[in-house]
Amino acid sequence: MTKRQREFLTGARDTIPLLIGAFPFGLIYGTLAMSAGLSVAAAFAMSLFVFAGSAQFIAVGLFALGAAPPVIIVTTFIVNLRHLLYAANLLPFLGGLSRRWRLALSFMLTDEVFAVAAKRYAQVDGSSDKHWYHLGSSLAMYLNWQLCCALGILAGGLIPGIERLGLDIAMYVTFIGMVVPSVRDLPMALAVGVAALAALACPTTPGWSWPGCAASPPATAPSCGCALAV
Amino acid sequence: MTLNELLTIGGMAAVTFGIRYLLVGLAGRVRLPAAAQSALAFVPPAVLTAIIVPGILLSKGVAAGLTPWTPYLPAAIVAVLAQLIFKRLLVTIVLGMAVFFVCRLLPGLF
Repeated sequence: MTKRQREFLTGARDTIPLLIGAFPFGLIYGTLAMSAGLSVAAAFAMSLFVFAGSAQFIAVGLFALGAAPPVIIVTTFIVNLRHLLYAANLLPFLGGLSRRWRLALSFMLTDEVFAVAAKRYAQVDGSSDKHWYHLGSSLAMYLNWQLCCALGILAGGLIPGIERLGLDIAMYVTFIGMVVPSVRDLPMALAVGVAALAALACPTTPGWSWPGCAASPPATAPSCGCALAV
Repeated sequence: MTLNELLTIGGMAAVTFGIRYLLVGLAGRVRLPAAAQSALAFVPPAVLTAIIVPGILLSKGVAAGLTPWTPYLPAAIVAVLAQLIFKRLLVTIVLGMAVFFVCRLLPGLF
């Protein structure tokens, strides 16, 4: 096995815990997309081309409410803005790669892949093939997502009531596991606290099954402002 | 796929890829100002928290109903504790989900 293959496989292997966390999340996305009235093609196309779990949930929730495309697109923009930070962090490591590498790794950038890849890039061992590790993590996450979403879309049509099992708990506990380690100082604690309060204070629409999704854009701006002020 | 779906998904894909590729595509020719960098550092935990907290505390499908006593709450508390104690994401996910489904199965608790 070459060094590149080893990097690639290690990247995929180190992503396994996150694959497990994403799996039920993708299942429930697929079932929700069906109950929201999305066509099978549209539900699957969103996983293939957008590939952003929380944004896909929000889009499905908004779609069920009959929101217009611009509303869904703007919400997606705000919810995914955090990827700009991930990209800024990865820039020193991706900047020197070919355009093809930069396109592929950027397209598949998610919270989970960032967490795994950033850890590898930070290790000092002289390896010049860390982008292969990053690619392994990205592809594992991408293929896993397509598989669980496809199963969810199938199950949504076959198993009535599956969207009420509470599989979305997988998303919440995964996100909790990602937020907790980042709260290390007062400004971050404040940002998180204000986001929590602002999200709860935002009015929710009747019939809205994902209140957090509705609340996340208005909750983020004030919390960042508060944290900066500290 | 309807035209509406096509427009929505096309737009979502474009803005998401745009955010992910902007800085990497320009590869160092544009740098984020320091203030923007430090503000952006708060975005991921803030957005994730804003997704988690109402999802756990607000009853699903009911307008503005605070009904915190659902299986989501003990699962979330256990997840926070598990992450603090074991510092392993997989442990957090497995324990959180286990508590959730045990709570759902226990009759009369919720």
